[in-house]
Amino acid sequence: MISELGLVFLLIAAALSVLLTLLPFYGSWRKQPGLVAMAPVLALSIFVFTGISLAILVWAFLADDFALKYVASHSSLFQPWYFKFSAVWGAHEGSLLLWAWMLTGWTAAVALKRGALTSDEHSLTLSGLGFIVLGFLLFILFTSNPFERLPTVPVDGLGLNPLLQDIALILHPPLLYMGYVGLAVSFSLAVAQLWLGEARPQTFAWARQWTLVSWAFLTLGILLGSWWAYYELGWGGWWFWDPVENASLLPWLVATALIHSLLVSEKRGQLIGWTLLLAILAFAMSLVGAFLVRSGVLTSVHAFATDPTRGTYILIYLVVVIGSALALFSARAPKMVKIKPMQIQSKETALLFNNVLLMVMTASVLLGTLYPLLLDALGMGKLSVGPPYFNAITIPLTIPLAILMGVGFYIRWKQDSVGRLAKELWWLGLFTAIAVLLAALWLMPDLQGMALLGIALTAWIGFGALAWLLNHARKTGRIAKPMLGAALAHIGFAVMIAGITLSSLYGIERDIRLAPGESVPLKEYRLHFQSVAQGAGPNYLTTEGTLRLYRGEEFIQFLHPEKRIYIGHEMPMSEVALDGRLSRDIYVALGEPIGDEGAWSFRIQYKPFIRGIWLGALLMAIGGLIAVWGRRNSTRATMATSATNAANAPKEQEALK
Amino acid sequence: MSPVKRQRLMLVGFLVLGVSAAAALIFQAFQQNMMFFFSTSEVAEGLAPIDRDFRVGGVVVENSVSRASDSLKVVFDITDLKTPIQVEYTGILPDLFREGQGIVAKGQLNAQGVFVASEVLAKHDENYMPPEVAATLHKPPAAAY
Repeated sequence: MISELGLVFLLIAAALSVLLTLLPFYGSWRKQPGLVAMAPVLALSIFVFTGISLAILVWAFLADDFALKYVASHSSLFQPWYFKFSAVWGAHEGSLLLWAWMLTGWTAAVALKRGALTSDEHSLTLSGLGFIVLGFLLFILFTSNPFERLPTVPVDGLGLNPLLQDIALILHPPLLYMGYVGLAVSFSLAVAQLWLGEARPQTFAWARQWTLVSWAFLTLGILLGSWWAYYELGWGGWWFWDPVENASLLPWLVATALIHSLLVSEKRGQLIGWTLLLAILAFAMSLVGAFLVRSGVLTSVHAFATDPTRGTYILIYLVVVIGSALALFSARAPKMVKIKPMQIQSKETALLFNNVLLMVMTASVLLGTLYPLLLDALGMGKLSVGPPYFNAITIPLTIPLAILMGVGFYIRWKQDSVGRLAKELWWLGLFTAIAVLLAALWLMPDLQGMALLGIALTAWIGFGALAWLLNHARKTGRIAKPMLGAALAHIGFAVMIAGITLSSLYGIERDIRLAPGESVPLKEYRLHFQSVAQGAGPNYLTTEGTLRLYRGEEFIQFLHPEKRIYIGHEMPMSEVALDGRLSRDIYVALGEPIGDEGAWSFRIQYKPFIRGIWLGALLMAIGGLIAVWGRRNSTRATMATSATNAANAPKEQEALK
Repeated sequence: MSPVKRQRLMLVGFLVLGVSAAAALIFQAFQQNMMFFFSTSEVAEGLAPIDRDFRVGGVVVENSVSRASDSLKVVFDITDLKTPIQVEYTGILPDLFREGQGIVAKGQLNAQGVFVASEVLAKHDENYMPPEVAATLHKPPAAAY
């Protein structure tokens, strides 16, 4: 009974979002402040009602209400409560409800935090968000009702896919969705700006804050997904260029470009058209991602089950939302853009180059992801594009990007010169050279050119960002949070490059056969296979191997890779054993029994500094959040002054530098 | 020509050069890394390339899996229910690999016509059949080319 209420609340939310779409828009058009003032109330109510609906679904899971088809298919009595909880977003219907709820949350937050937006900008943004919310709620109601009932109530449910019974997977979808839907905010604001035909620097500053928050969430979501794939799939890879992974990378790349172009639009009033276009594209990519994952066109580890109507719905939705935004863009943007000449040797141009590189990357990832699907849809054959393609594209593009990242902070707005930069930054070159030299000595005798390049880029970006921050702190006597955030994010990227380079060039991956009592050397370590035993967990049976890890003769620890069979599922699941340190990971996965002597196959890996990849991503996300937090505080303090001479804002920022 | 104009012209030149170089590289990388999919019948008929990697999909034939006892070598047959081919793989098979399961293998044909797989994929869902495999299984014989 209570579950029907879930549906009712969703219907109410959908009806309210029709009002949220229309009222603020009409109100701002007809200058009726009464209608405009209703927007925050509407946005909050939609958030609350969608939230209640989600809470009812959560309750159905925790209370094992198998009358609901969705609960019966994805939960079971023996599942621990936290996996019952996370099973809510373990498949399509529930995850879509979570997605919609987060979107309503962003909408409510926008409604409450008008900040520097004009009333018109604010109400039009809310109206746009209302429309997007409506689209998703209708999507749930028409194609993906999580409250659908079964004709007969089963005694127990089928259980959550064992692969998803993992702590990282409890957090991964919510974080990722926060990022995905957050991009709807900058999208709606861009549409509002286009509609009004007005591009104020303060608006771009506002958009940058919101974009940064969703970018940070997106980064965290991708990070957790990658970490999960690493230890849960049993292959030891951290990125597979799987189309679903690409689906999350595409909006991330565009959002990264957007954060930087917003800076140019905010501070210099340039690249305005480009920035607005990027805001549209970023959300478009997040919808493309949703389409790829939810339409069933993909063969992927984590694509959701197939239902062609869903794919069709998202596609139509994508065309309507993005198509109309682009149409508006082509009608309005030319009038808004004032072409001001840009000096080639300036920060503006450097950031433009950053954008070009990121967008080329986006386009090539998109090509590699969509081309096979397109060809298949047209019946022109089945093919796939492998990781070598994506590596061949992204690695060479990252090099100029990283070079720019190292010096980017130092380049001046308006006019700078390479000569001046060279004079100011000679020490950066020197430090980098020293770092490379030390790394070369350390890596001897197995020296690889790419490794040195990776170290050079890491040092270049890392020293550049660190020195910039310290220098500024020394001059002003304090560390400004936005600068700290920016520097951290860049340092994070540097750490990530080091992690990727070292772990992929110096990693060891071996599939081996071991009989009990046998040992295998792994770098300076030794793995000794002791035994295999059977056991049981709360909702699974397990075969657990015991290995001893030695460094020389010194015993370090036991490693217990497992093979589990979850109740209600036939498929076995590998649980990897890890000995993780910052400097290296030792990774053991249990394979299968071989022959009659109790021998087993194992996948063993030694990965130097692989943690740098996730640590780097974590730093990036933290940096993004610190930048927003610091900025929010400082704007509150300077709001009064900057509001009076808003027109001089860019000049003021200039003077601050 | 004023210095500003010359500078601008140089920039445009660099951009055009850079973009076309990037496009050429992307296109080349794309060409080299496209991997086609074949059904086992197509492979048996010799339609698959011999000098480059491709993917083949099918159902693992019952009782065809044989493991070496002293190494990680596995030999098995896969079929689209018309013509089976033999696949050889050295390494750890995915958790879901089992007889009767649809799989996709990536690799090359050797001189004996055995498919030497460098990677074997089985979807992480027990009810799952890779769409390529499902398509070749359900494809009416007339449409087989």
